[in-house]
Amino acid sequence: MAHFKKKSKPKQSVPTSAMPDVVFMLLIFFMVTTVLREVELRVQIEFARAENIEKIEQKRLVSYIYIGPERLPNNRLGETKIQIDDSLVDDMGAIRTIMYDKLMEQPRLIVSLRVDRNTEFGIITDVKQELRHANTLRINYSTLRQ
Amino acid sequence: MLIKKRQRDDVEIPGSSLADIAFLLLIFFLVTTTINVDTGIGLVLPPIPDDTEPPPIRERNMLKILVGAQGQILINEEITSMVEVRQKVKDFVINPLNDPNLSESPDMAIVSIKTDRRTPYNVYVDMLDEVKGAYLELRNQESMAQFGVPYRALEQDGVPQRTIRDLIPERISLAEPE
Repeated sequence: MAHFKKKSKPKQSVPTSAMPDVVFMLLIFFMVTTVLREVELRVQIEFARAENIEKIEQKRLVSYIYIGPERLPNNRLGETKIQIDDSLVDDMGAIRTIMYDKLMEQPRLIVSLRVDRNTEFGIITDVKQELRHANTLRINYSTLRQ
Repeated sequence: MLIKKRQRDDVEIPGSSLADIAFLLLIFFLVTTTINVDTGIGLVLPPIPDDTEPPPIRERNMLKILVGAQGQILINEEITSMVEVRQKVKDFVINPLNDPNLSESPDMAIVSIKTDRRTPYNVYVDMLDEVKGAYLELRNQESMAQFGVPYRALEQDGVPQRTIRDLIPERISLAEPE
């Protein structure tokens, strides 16, 4: 019986020297797109849904106002409250000052109202009046796609 | 005198673990990232009125929508169901039959929205959605007729889009609260 010599295979390996570069590219992409600190919500918000909605492309222009029932310990819900950034706002008049300051920093400010779907409209009317006094006129009712 | 240079060892930072470190960071950012797009219904509030009288608007150019406390919708004092809102707004803006009670021309039409303090928010949003939908349909029609593509497919803020916007401006007025 003939004896066959095994054909010697060439060494095969994926070149990995460029891997760190690729990984760094991905890393930089995610670092740039990440929004690290989302505010800690202290009100419960269940979004309303709508069909004809638009995207806000420039996220840095947006400032949020959250309106909904307050979250209490033991999963209970309290009265409807307004939250701007990290704190609840009890005094309606304070909204005016806060939003005015924000407008000074960002003249093209868009105020996004994130409102719980079961809220009564009166409180939103009050907030809108305050926004008008602060001269922040571009608003956006935050909704999800139907 | 010649001093022999001391032979240095090859000094080099080991780079083989660089990829691992980068991977760790990458995974951290992957996990913490939230790519959520903000969507919503955009509006521009009217500025606080000063003492000057608002310009007179003819009765027929204004469509009054009132949303009541129980979520009922009245259009020009007539109870309307949610599904009819869109058609009514479209009829009002375009006025195909030249009805003397409806708007004179699309660019003069104003939709006025008024709410009660106890109106549920989701009814209001649904109604606003219908009004926005009506305007978008009208703009699409116009855009299809003129340019052959839907309104949203036109270049953002380009000349064609602005033409359509001038023809059918979206004039939604929010009534002053009492």
